[in-house]
Amino acid sequence: MSAKPSPRVGLFVTCLVDAIRPGIGFAAIQLLEEAGCRVEVPQGQTCCGQPALNSGDETDAAHLARQTIAAFEGCDHVVLPSGSCAGTMVHAYPELLAGDPQWAARARAFAAKTHEITSFLVDVMGYRPQGRRLDASATYHDSCAGLRELGIAAQPRALLAQVEGLRMRPLEGNDVCCGFGGTFCVKYPQISDAITTEKAEAVERSGADILLAGDLGCLMNMAGKLHRRGARTRCFHTIEVLAGHADGPGIGEEG
Amino acid sequence: MTAPQTGFKERAAAALSDGALKIAIDRTTGTAERKRATALAAFPEFDAARERGKAIKDHVIAHLDHYLEMFERNATAAGAQVHWATDDAEARAIVTRICLDADAKLVTRSKSMLGEEIGLPHALADAGIERVETDLAEHIIQLAGERPSHIVWPAMHRTREQVADLFRTGHNPPPAAEDPGTMVQSARRELRAKFLAADIGISGANFLVADTGATCTVTNEGNAELTTTPPRIHIVTAGIEKLVPSTAHAFALLRLLVRSATGGEMTQYTTFHHGPKRAGDADGPEEMHIVLVDNGRSRMLGDEFREMLRCIRCGACMNHCVVYRQIGGHAYGGTYPGPMGAVLTPVLDGLAQSRDLAHACTMNGRCAEVCPVGIPLPTLLRAWRRRSWRERLEPGSVRAGIGLWAMLARRPALYRMASRIGVRALRLLGRRGWISTLPLARGWTAYRDMPRPPGRTFMEQYRADQARRGGGK
Ligand code: SF4
Repeated sequence: MSAKPSPRVGLFVTCLVDAIRPGIGFAAIQLLEEAGCRVEVPQGQTCCGQPALNSGDETDAAHLARQTIAAFEGCDHVVLPSGSCAGTMVHAYPELLAGDPQWAARARAFAAKTHEITSFLVDVMGYRPQGRRLDASATYHDSCAGLRELGIAAQPRALLAQVEGLRMRPLEGNDVCCGFGGTFCVKYPQISDAITTEKAEAVERSGADILLAGDLGCLMNMAGKLHRRGARTRCFHTIEVLAGHADGPGIGEEG
Repeated sequence: MTAPQTGFKERAAAALSDGALKIAIDRTTGTAERKRATALAAFPEFDAARERGKAIKDHVIAHLDHYLEMFERNATAAGAQVHWATDDAEARAIVTRICLDADAKLVTRSKSMLGEEIGLPHALADAGIERVETDLAEHIIQLAGERPSHIVWPAMHRTREQVADLFRTGHNPPPAAEDPGTMVQSARRELRAKFLAADIGISGANFLVADTGATCTVTNEGNAELTTTPPRIHIVTAGIEKLVPSTAHAFALLRLLVRSATGGEMTQYTTFHHGPKRAGDADGPEEMHIVLVDNGRSRMLGDEFREMLRCIRCGACMNHCVVYRQIGGHAYGGTYPGPMGAVLTPVLDGLAQSRDLAHACTMNGRCAEVCPVGIPLPTLLRAWRRRSWRERLEPGSVRAGIGLWAMLARRPALYRMASRIGVRALRLLGRRGWISTLPLARGWTAYRDMPRPPGRTFMEQYRADQARRGGGK
């Protein structure tokens, strides 16, 4: 085999993963290394800037865009376990910095090398997990930003199909928003609750043991609702299952 | 426009607690969603048609003055009188003056969102003119004394059972039974006499055809034809963005409109009005007036909301919107509800009054995905959020929260420390994996639990691992 130099991949650890579920970050490192990447976690990163962007505060959002771009400048690729933050970097960064002569080109280059992790594993690395097994049934929610901003739908399903014993069940309204919406769920809690309740009911009707998704925000929202309703569904990020971590505690389960 | 008495949050809360409303919304939007999906599956050239529709509208918008002049010239040549209204007040004044000059007692009106936008129903009432809504749904709305809650199905918030109640008290004699057939018969009987007795018929227009000067109206009930043909005078009110270069362009957009709105291939009735009755014509109005309304549209031409002028009012965005499907149209407080309304209402009513609308969106993008003319609705909502931030309309608490968070996020070392402290503090609030009350995010824990964070952040654990492995960054 010809030795292809392994790409330098910078892992962006979203603020939610950093604080609430670090295991997703470690699952990402494991899968990227299995796929043949050299993984780095640049220390200059914090948050992608979405809270500011979605609040209309583009000055702060642009500052954070520059900071993030600078932190990852030495990497061949930037990979995130979140379609939402990846979507922000791919679409919003170039727009935010379009009028800045020093940064516009850097933002475009950064956007071009940024990927959500399942799409990176499948589309760029051609990776398939080997020897994973999980005897369970699972259903998959297509988080909005990943699906509509980045076209992620086939990749996580292709990866999950490699897990032996895992039976995928359809989810009614799998591409309908779960009601999280970042600050939306805190600003309009009643509307958000009504939306999330419908989602939780669909998840319960699917009869699956496990709910999977590619964004921790959506997962926290759905897991929190399912728990409040007393449902027994366990919730994991897709890559936790792919990395073989589903034998550990699901979201909100004490390890 | 008439300012709603309560705020968005109160209206939304009222809607959320109305069980019948939820049933009614689910029925209609659910059916619309399914029918649209079926129609698109049988229309593989939809993407190409959408591109064409978008291009037609963009072309017209870029040359609006040219096509407006062409339309005025051709409509006048066909015998119509063209009037220009810069805002809603002027539009109301023009229409009422025509009615009063003609000494009109009874006016029939076929459904038109623009009529609602300019407050025509109120203006006619104030002028002492009897107004009869001839669209079945508008007839229901009129009996209920309400405003439309959807741009295609104005009475979709009403269940069949509620409509039966309205007809029982509103029709004389009341319908003999409550099956849809009998109820429709009853409405027909009520309206038929009015169609013939009306002095003036008022309609909107789906398209204004520049190269012929014709206006085009589509309906599924035929009521627009009966509204516009028997009376002596026909008044059309239309927004200036309704222009299309030619009849062929109108049909290209019509295909998109109908499939997106109802999942049909064509509407039952598609009528072109080309001036009033001519010598030798058997019937038709003696006078035709066309009121072209700006009301904020030319302002949109020059700003970031320009793309919204492509809207053909199909309603697909609201049918597919998770928020609309929970709260219905009245909660939006303006003429136009749902995603398109959230973009348009601040243009019409001012941002200060309607800033909630731009925020009450999860940014899930489904509306833009289904819009037949490719309007990037979430992007436009974000533009309102940006403007609201710049104009300092956001509450102080929100500004302070974002400011504090951004200050930390811009200093990685400090941010790391704050997250370390934060997760430890958060842990203290929870028991066995979950937190059920969060002091700063009660909105979250009012309805759902919050997973309890582990003791150490990813960054802490990762650094410790790196140090153990003897080096690294
Ligand atoms: S914004 Fe698009 S989807 Fe919504 S009503 Fe207008 S044309 Fe239809």
